[in-house]
Amino acid sequence: MIVDINFVGLIIASIMASAVPLILASCGELITERSGVLNLGVEGMMIIGAISGFALMTVTGSLIIAVFGAMLAGVLISTIFAFLTQTLITNHVATGLALTIFGIGISAMIGKNFVGIPGKEFPVLFEGLKDTIPLLSPILFGHSIVFYFAFALPFITSYFLKKTKIGLIVRAVGDSPESASNQGINVRFVRYACILYGGAMCGLAGAYLSMIYTPQWIENMTGGRGWIALALVVFSTWNPIKILIGAMIFGGLTIIQFHMQAIGVRIPVQFLTALPYIVTIIVLVVISRDSRKIRLSTPSSLGKSFHKDN
Amino acid sequence: MHKFLIRSFVSSLVLLFTLTVAAVAKDVKAAFVYIGPTGDHGWTYQHDVGRKAVEAAGFKTTYVEGVPESADAERVLRQLANSGHDIIFTTSFGYMNPTNKVAKEFPNVKFEHATGYKREHPNVATYAARFYEGRTILGTIAGTMTKSNVIGYVASFPIPEVIRGINSFTLAAQKVNPNIKTKIVWAFTWYDPGKEAEAAKALIDQGADVIAQHTDSTAIVQMAEKAGVYAFGQASDMDKFAPKAVLTSVENNWGPYYVDRVKAVANGTWNQKDTWHGIGDGMVVISGLDSQMPSDLQAKVKKLQADLASGKVHSFTGPIYDQKGNLMVAEGKTADDGMLAGMMTYVKGVEGDIPK
Repeated sequence: MIVDINFVGLIIASIMASAVPLILASCGELITERSGVLNLGVEGMMIIGAISGFALMTVTGSLIIAVFGAMLAGVLISTIFAFLTQTLITNHVATGLALTIFGIGISAMIGKNFVGIPGKEFPVLFEGLKDTIPLLSPILFGHSIVFYFAFALPFITSYFLKKTKIGLIVRAVGDSPESASNQGINVRFVRYACILYGGAMCGLAGAYLSMIYTPQWIENMTGGRGWIALALVVFSTWNPIKILIGAMIFGGLTIIQFHMQAIGVRIPVQFLTALPYIVTIIVLVVISRDSRKIRLSTPSSLGKSFHKDN
Repeated sequence: MHKFLIRSFVSSLVLLFTLTVAAVAKDVKAAFVYIGPTGDHGWTYQHDVGRKAVEAAGFKTTYVEGVPESADAERVLRQLANSGHDIIFTTSFGYMNPTNKVAKEFPNVKFEHATGYKREHPNVATYAARFYEGRTILGTIAGTMTKSNVIGYVASFPIPEVIRGINSFTLAAQKVNPNIKTKIVWAFTWYDPGKEAEAAKALIDQGADVIAQHTDSTAIVQMAEKAGVYAFGQASDMDKFAPKAVLTSVENNWGPYYVDRVKAVANGTWNQKDTWHGIGDGMVVISGLDSQMPSDLQAKVKKLQADLASGKVHSFTGPIYDQKGNLMVAEGKTADDGMLAGMMTYVKGVEGDIPK
């Protein structure tokens, strides 16, 4: 087979496009988890974002309202989680699972009237530059604004956590809520904020799916991507840059295995289908095998409820 | 595990609700058991369109969606049978054993199982559609419209239904264009828009300029629209999702059959049988042909459609060879239903191996 350099560029561009929802949701969940809260409701928040974005786009016709509406919907549903786990001190795991079930159910209910309606075209940026540079053009140009935001987000998140004061506070709350509280930090407030931020990013990830990636609404359209995003956070050892690597590997193998099938590589298809999951985990485990670093980067209070009074 | 939990939770809720609603009606009541959500705009959606036709014909119906093909199915079936339903349609292959098992316990309730072959009790009938006839038409169009001579095909799972479709499609495409290659990509899902779009993109990047699909969502035709290649709608008319890309769609039309069978129960004429209807009986419907197709091709397709309907043309007419060159169907013969039902080999001209 002749390998055309633009063909490689096209493949990389499709890999990046498929990684976008994983990066958005994972980076959102990462902030939530860094504050010590384990929210297993990622899938639920994503699907709520997906239906909200699609519904608002259909009803209002405005893409801007739809995108921000989807984020707001993610915030609203995560508020339920925040209220339950932070104010009523419920178990994080159980509440998160309930959130996912709730999200899938309610999105299906809202979505009944939006099945079978085609989505609108989402504008892309720099389309005129698409044929200027070989290899790089399809990667760099002609994508939606959400695409560019997603690839900036891991770096922003990394900078935020390492270099800003608020980032330090988030980490302090996640590592030792007691000490943070003694320093006068309002642990509950910080955690509320981190949960809502995670909700917003998951909502955006869902909107990307229903408005940009495959512009339509059908039930369960997130297809388990929320669970993959959750796994990426853990296997990346709470490091945003590694999330980027993991999401690219996962998206990449999903797409490359289709290419291998189409070329006719004689590897069992079932193996190829499982490959993205296996390799992503192996790579992330290998690049994060320093146990000292894992201990340092794992939020110590992850998933534990914090009672201010004890 | 979580999916299972969610599904059982949701299905029990739905069941509770539907059973309460159902308890009020008299007359003949029909129930439908769905594998997916009615909002999939694909397989289950089309069955639900059929159910609505039954309602429109004046019968009470209920449905339970998202029922796993496990012990859950038995439980759902038993509850439906217990709550006064006279006929129950089970609309996925995996309900075959649960349907027969529960049918034994309720001899007065009629059971209709889609796409299966087991009729162990006199109150179990089976039905399916000859979708491969529709794929003969799609293959003819694809073979004519392709310029690159590479046709992409996104497949779901390696079962006879899907293999039969690939073969029927390829045979028809070869007939009008001996130079074509059919590239198959297995998505291993019926229903995951993201994955289906990625599979289609891979095929398009590798030079396919016509994409066929045997998965359910509209993501593939949308991807084709974006990339400027042709595609076909699956299960329902998908033209509005990709007006430029979609040349036609093969629609599943269950309504007339459902209405017939429910009426048969009402009249007391219901009998056990195995139904396999195609274009001729209207169970497989070809949507409107796109104006981008040259008029001689449109005329050819219309004629082929009529010939398939009348039985003058059969999708599997010999000589047909398998990939190794062994004769599958002799010259002048057509494949019988037994062979079609168990078809697990590719015909000559399909690239690659069937995943095992």
